Amino acid sequence: MTDHNEKYYVPEQSPWPIVGAIAFFLIAVGAGNLVAQISQSGTGGWGRYVLYTGIALIIFMLFGWFRDQIKESTTGMHNHQLGVSYRQGMSWFIFSEVMFFAAFFGALFYTRTISVPWLAGAGNNAMTAAVLWPNFEAIWPLTTTPSGQTTEAMGYQGLPLINTLILLVSSITVHFAHTGLELNKRGQLKVMLAITVLLGCIFLALQVMEYIHAYRDLDLRLDSGVYGNTFYLLTGFHGLHVFLGTVFLFIMLLRIFAGHFDSSNHFAFQAASWYWHFVDVVWLCLFIFVYIL
Amino acid sequence: METSLPTHSDNHAAHHGPAKGIKRWLFTTNHKDIGTLYLWFAFIMFLTGGAMAMVIRAELFQPGLQIVEPHFFNQMTTVHGLIMVFGAVMPAFTGLANWLIPLMIGAPDMALPRMNNLSFWILPFAFLILLMSLFMEGGGPAFGWTFYAPLSTTYSGDSTALFVFSVHIMGISSIMGAINVIVTIFNMRAPGMTWMKLPLFVWTWFITAYLLIAVMPVLAGAVTMVLTDKYFGTSFFSAAGGGDPVLFQHIFWFFGHPEVYIMILPAFGIISAIVPTFSRKKLFGYSSMVYATASIAFLSFIVWAHHMFTTGMPVAAELFFMYCTMLISVPTGVKVFNWVATMWRGSISFEVPMMFAIAFIILFTFGGFSGLMLAITPVDFQYHDTYFVVAHFHYVLVTGAIFSLIAATYYWLPKWTGVMYDNKLAKWHFWCSLISVNVLFFPMHFVGLAGMPRRIPDYSIQFADWNQIISLGGFAFGLSQLIFLALLIKACRKKGEPVPAKVWDGAEGLEWDLPSPTPYHTFSTPPKIK
Repeated sequence: MTDHNEKYYVPEQSPWPIVGAIAFFLIAVGAGNLVAQISQSGTGGWGRYVLYTGIALIIFMLFGWFRDQIKESTTGMHNHQLGVSYRQGMSWFIFSEVMFFAAFFGALFYTRTISVPWLAGAGNNAMTAAVLWPNFEAIWPLTTTPSGQTTEAMGYQGLPLINTLILLVSSITVHFAHTGLELNKRGQLKVMLAITVLLGCIFLALQVMEYIHAYRDLDLRLDSGVYGNTFYLLTGFHGLHVFLGTVFLFIMLLRIFAGHFDSSNHFAFQAASWYWHFVDVVWLCLFIFVYIL
Repeated sequence: METSLPTHSDNHAAHHGPAKGIKRWLFTTNHKDIGTLYLWFAFIMFLTGGAMAMVIRAELFQPGLQIVEPHFFNQMTTVHGLIMVFGAVMPAFTGLANWLIPLMIGAPDMALPRMNNLSFWILPFAFLILLMSLFMEGGGPAFGWTFYAPLSTTYSGDSTALFVFSVHIMGISSIMGAINVIVTIFNMRAPGMTWMKLPLFVWTWFITAYLLIAVMPVLAGAVTMVLTDKYFGTSFFSAAGGGDPVLFQHIFWFFGHPEVYIMILPAFGIISAIVPTFSRKKLFGYSSMVYATASIAFLSFIVWAHHMFTTGMPVAAELFFMYCTMLISVPTGVKVFNWVATMWRGSISFEVPMMFAIAFIILFTFGGFSGLMLAITPVDFQYHDTYFVVAHFHYVLVTGAIFSLIAATYYWLPKWTGVMYDNKLAKWHFWCSLISVNVLFFPMHFVGLAGMPRRIPDYSIQFADWNQIISLGGFAFGLSQLIFLALLIKACRKKGEPVPAKVWDGAEGLEWDLPSPTPYHTFSTPPKIK
């Protein structure tokens, strides 16, 4: 909208999107087949190979696409306006991710405040409760489901609390990495970013330990009623995002060691750090609503 | 708005033509190519979904079971709905957005052209998966396009996983498309193209894109929960584990109601472009149109449970959703009023786009009125899941969304191809469509009010007469679209009278200052807007 766009930049044709589309196709067919076969026979058939091919292809696509992109960026083909487009695009992408998590938080709030009390007879449901499951009590965490399946609740002390601190600290370190980049302090940038990546890895390792603890000691499983469902889907999708964010930041670290980015031109780094802050905020909501309350 | 265009020698850098052969379409980053791909894909899907509707109407031609098994009938209703919503209407509007938004705001292309290509090309694959699943053992999805639990969890077939992943891909495509549109409008407007100078098609798409980014991820969440409930033992939608099948409906309709406006807001933008052109007047109440669109978008988030009045929600909730729903008729009424006021004392001419636009205004309003009836909670108890509902949403989607898409095609097709379409065929297409669509959907109100349930392959004998008429209307409407196909092929092969830059003498907007057909690259340097 200002004088930055005296001359527009329109990118050349690219083969990568169609490669990505084929990869999506293979992943969907493979995963669809694998899931159906596992539920029938307990083992996967050809679906898994299609899935793996798809995942390999999408990684190949990402490398190719971003390699072209980096080449164009470092040879100065991108202009200010394109940078703004990228930043706005990333912001809207993060907003869409927020809405994805909102669906699962919505399910959590609904089951806690509506479906579980109703099943125990709240509102005008006294007869339903009396006829269906007269012994069912509405408590949260739902350690005994209406059908009688039992589990133990995961407390917030211990691993979850440590993980909260780790993510909070990592959000601070990634911020200082960012200021390091903006002030051209490459040393601070490298150290702070490396610490962030390390903290991301520690978080993931601790979460794996937490899952093992949940399955082995608490009998808290994915199929342990809505408490287990919401617990694993929320923390699981969050963990997946931490994993992707860590990979994203790690690639930024490699690029920084390769001498990429300067104080004014660092969209990819900025996107990675925004993503990391987003993952951190989601975790804070998780910690409050899944673990503490 | 007055514009001064740069001369052609200014933008030699981007002035090479399209690539040769198939590479042009596979690797393209050009908004016009991608728009064309979207539009043709949507039209092919429209014919595919239409063929399924023909199967439905053939089976319902008389009571009893004649042609298809009930299970196959259910697959037809399901896939017809999915294809028409996600494969026809939404991609067609995205195609129009691709073609028109850069031209209307003076941008060289969409903001993120390569992602634009990706968001198109994953779409045919998603529908390939969906259609392939019909041929699987046990058949394709048969639980209705709304895939209510437990139909989609406990009682669904093996193809459910493929259904889930294909919906994921459709969602990814829509989100990427919407991000592209919204960033284009924010960041690519030519200098001087201020917000309140934007054509209404751009405004309505801007708000639509926001709705898409907000609700498509919620749909992804819903299908993910269906997947885990079916295959991984979770019980989000099963009371035995503390969940609730009604939770599915809440999540689905939190997506589904804004989705309804995703399919109609761009239509409002199209009608707001066509009516002033052929009335030779400025649009009445431009700013109120913008605020009305925004109000509808806001309200669309707080009305979803009007699809669920019969699920036994607390009375307070039913009342809240009833009143909020009825409130939507206020901004919608503003729009209809403004279109009519635009025509008032205009020197109207009845070219085919205008005829479809006028049909839209009348028939969409009609569909809106039956929507108001459905919004009234106690009355909805009777209407719920009857053909009255089918009549309502086909009036707003076929004579609403689809008619606006056809109107848009006639309106901008000469600009795209450089030749005038075959006016005789177009008039045949209009009158055949208009008459048959009303024969098709109008009597559905009667059988619905009389209690005929939807999604059932058989019916009580007293509905037979009207159902025969409905089916005849259906076949006629289906055949009428083949006229459109012939017309489109003819226009794309450039058979017809060449048209000037300003195809319609009353038209306003940047796109009408460009030559017809539009060059492959436009606005490589920004136009000056006064």
